[in-house]
Amino acid sequence: MKAMKKTLLAVAMTVAATTGVQAAGISNDVVKIGVLVDMGGVYADICGQGCVTAVEMAVEDFGGTVLGKPIEIVSADDQNKPDVGSAKVRQWIENDNVDVVTGLVASSVTGAATKVLTDAKKIALISTSASNAFTTKACSPYNVHWTYNVAALANGTVKPMVAAGKKKWFFITADYAFGHALEGIATKVIESSGGEVVGAVRAPFGTTDFSSYVLQAQASGADVVGLANAGGDFVNSLKTAAEFGLTETTDVAGLLVFTNNALALDPAIAAGMKATSGFYWDMDDQTREWSARFKARHGVIPSMGQAGQYSMTMHYLNAIKAAGTDESDAVMKKMKETKPDDFFARNATLRNDGRMVHDMLLVSIKDAASRKSPDDIYNIEEVIPGDVAFNPMLPECDFK
Amino acid sequence: MKINKLYLFLIVVALVAPSLVYPVFLMKLLCFALFACAFNLLLGFVGLLSFGHAAFLGTGGYITGYLMLETGITPELGILAGTVGAGLLGAIYGKLAVKREGIYFAMVTLALAQLAFFFYLQAPFSGGEDGLQGVRRGALFGLIDLSDNFAMYYFVLAIFIFGFWLIHRTVHSPFGQILKAIRENEPRAVSLGYNVNDYKWVAFIISSALAGLAGSTKTLVFQLASLTDVHWHMSGEVVLMTLLGGMGTIFGPLVGAGVVVSIQNLLSGGELGNYINIVMGVIFIICVLAFRSGLVGEFQKLMKKNFN
Amino acid sequence: MATIFGINLFALSGQLLVGLINGSFYALLSLGLAIIFGLLKIINFAQGAMYMLGAFFAWMALNYMGINYWWALILVPIAIGLLAILMERFLVRPIANEDHLYSLLLTFGIALVLQGAFTHIYGSSGLPYQIPDELKGGTKLPFMYLPNYRAWIIVSSLVVCFSTWWVIEKTKLGAYLRAGTENPQLMQGFGINVPLITTLTFGFGVALAGFAGVLAAPVYSVSPDMGSNILIVVFAIVVIGGMGSIGGAILTGLMMGVVEGLTKFFYPEASTTVIFLFMVIVLLVKPAGLFGKEA
Repeated sequence: MKAMKKTLLAVAMTVAATTGVQAAGISNDVVKIGVLVDMGGVYADICGQGCVTAVEMAVEDFGGTVLGKPIEIVSADDQNKPDVGSAKVRQWIENDNVDVVTGLVASSVTGAATKVLTDAKKIALISTSASNAFTTKACSPYNVHWTYNVAALANGTVKPMVAAGKKKWFFITADYAFGHALEGIATKVIESSGGEVVGAVRAPFGTTDFSSYVLQAQASGADVVGLANAGGDFVNSLKTAAEFGLTETTDVAGLLVFTNNALALDPAIAAGMKATSGFYWDMDDQTREWSARFKARHGVIPSMGQAGQYSMTMHYLNAIKAAGTDESDAVMKKMKETKPDDFFARNATLRNDGRMVHDMLLVSIKDAASRKSPDDIYNIEEVIPGDVAFNPMLPECDFK
Repeated sequence: MKINKLYLFLIVVALVAPSLVYPVFLMKLLCFALFACAFNLLLGFVGLLSFGHAAFLGTGGYITGYLMLETGITPELGILAGTVGAGLLGAIYGKLAVKREGIYFAMVTLALAQLAFFFYLQAPFSGGEDGLQGVRRGALFGLIDLSDNFAMYYFVLAIFIFGFWLIHRTVHSPFGQILKAIRENEPRAVSLGYNVNDYKWVAFIISSALAGLAGSTKTLVFQLASLTDVHWHMSGEVVLMTLLGGMGTIFGPLVGAGVVVSIQNLLSGGELGNYINIVMGVIFIICVLAFRSGLVGEFQKLMKKNFN
Repeated sequence: MATIFGINLFALSGQLLVGLINGSFYALLSLGLAIIFGLLKIINFAQGAMYMLGAFFAWMALNYMGINYWWALILVPIAIGLLAILMERFLVRPIANEDHLYSLLLTFGIALVLQGAFTHIYGSSGLPYQIPDELKGGTKLPFMYLPNYRAWIIVSSLVVCFSTWWVIEKTKLGAYLRAGTENPQLMQGFGINVPLITTLTFGFGVALAGFAGVLAAPVYSVSPDMGSNILIVVFAIVVIGGMGSIGGAILTGLMMGVVEGLTKFFYPEASTTVIFLFMVIVLLVKPAGLFGKEA
């Protein structure tokens, strides 16, 4: 009788122990990654399906399972609309047991999505958004911001130009949060380096005709016209600047250039333009090896967002493995403890505010004559160390 | 009697639904159904095609969102303010739009709505492309916490039933009869001494206020007000919902909203996302070419044919 | 720099000229809408999509078939016109006797499908199209550097708009057209094939949008949503001008371009809304529109 009791107790204890382990292990016996991207809009090329491909590659390279449990990928189109994106994220978390949300392109969508995620204590892995808000004024213990941000762009592209004597700047700015943030931070950089901003115009998102803005830039007498916009807006404004002869009299600087945009531009217009990038496919053997695999699957060379997407997903999965659980706080702790190190992340750390600091590249767009292949678009001018490119961490965002 | 049983059945379904289906999806459906019903009041019962109803949906949403973010008011007051605001905008836009008829009315409302769109895009308080994010749902009358999806659902259901009832009453009132007379034969209504434009105007205000109610509620549900709700695409969507369900029928907009929202939900996940616009366009074309009475309208025809 | 009352005249002239260029596109598009409306009494919501299609056809012609800009300028509008004729014959005509609002909804659906399809195939970040060599470079005017291609846009669209006006208002063919608008039964009685004229008119009106699309391809990025944004502005222009006259559509289009240019100079924040505000004023003062004939 006594023995019986003892056995029962032992069984009960074993059961308790096992359930305890399970609670610390993988929730719902699956790690579910939600990839939220723009599939058909203006940002579809820079992340889009390519980011989904990058996540798939990461999961396959990782082996398809973590801690013996399968890794599952779901994806959705946010159409660059914050309402669509946040509704999808809400549904993923409340209804579909998604553990982590990644992709995250348009800053407006990312802002709305991270709010939902933080409320639910789930991790946001931000690959392609530009705004620095997610690690500053909207920082959260559950945000991870990987590839680049507006501060890195301004420090990387603007600072050396001002130092080289281009003191008077004029901005053609995309009229929404991202453009304002980029212009604002670039203005700070210019003023602290001894330059001045002589004027700025705000062009609505998706403007088709930039000619009147280019005329204003021309009349301003600036040394440099900074294009604080992205994607199609950037391509269109640069083309118009070339057409009206602005590029011949004045320097035009694109503050956010993706390889997809550089590929689409006529080398005659874009050649010589400098830009800051988080990644370039043709940097060394490591980048070439991964990029070749990516291109074989996706058809186009990877943008910095897509390369960052892979690197970040890998780091997340490694952290789950090291932590022995997919519980958000434990995983975040491990991600911050371990230094990311792969073909993408060089000399990298993930700071406590969620900002991944790594070497950035100052590149210039090649002219037609020096391109050896259609994909051969950049010269790497300089490697910018991470702590030069990114602004220091804010004390209120130091999440231990 | 038969219709009462139908209502009873629907209410029972609505009450148990959230334990079977994801509540946020149901709330979205109810918001759009209310929006479509409000729109149908104009199109189905007065014969006016407004191509700018998104302006009212969005205005309701932005006002409620702004007040919930910036002040400590309770959600029912926030929704009331959004509804009144949309109604006021409707009064201004309606006054202008009823000066023209038919296709011109559609174009004027579309252009006016675009004016509202650019206003919300550039105004300092509306957050531009970001919209108003992180709107709190608050506590109903300061008592019931709405952050719980189930509590929120029953609140939204109550609002929907109220809106639906109001439209029902309007349509069946003497005022509604005059609206129908205008739809059927405007010159005759004029010759009977009715000031047609005033009647249209009042219907426009009611419709826009209810659209605002839907927008306000939607903002609380999703805790977000954004440009999507004022974009011309949204104006097109509500036309599609009403047309597909059956304009001029009581249940048509409800069915249409259900189908459209479900399709969007189905396509939005994964690879078919790109096809949303194509599918919507094709439904439009098929509706216009093949069944202009919509799902409910065709069903009613079928019933009449077989049972009369 | 020349200034008067503290206004930089050079900059102002530049903005006015740019406004006139935009106005050229407005004029072409609203003219197309006006011609179609005149005979069919419908508003073609797909006009913007056809403008987009024009730009895409030019791009496809160049990249898939090696057809250069100049040939595209002739061939693409014809192709678009033929497409429109098919559309009229098989989609629009079956509902010609229904409420005209249905044609608006039908063409809206067509616009959605076209825009969605091209977004699906080509993405929406925009495709590049080179300015033809003959029109590269520019002319130094006293107040601005005018790219030759922009000058070409103004000249060619004015020529096309004016020729269209001339054909409709001054020739026998135009007389048939106008008579067909007034009284189709009578024209049919005179042995004139009204359905054929209707179809051809629809084709021509849409072809104008295709022409505008080819013109736009080198200066605006070729992208699937280039049509929908401009179309709503053109709708407002149509309301401002009223549907009474062909000349009115052209003039209002050019005028609104200039008004927009002025706003960009004096108060850029309002440049996206000024045309809509203008519409509100016209609705209050003259609901039938500036050139409208109906009450």
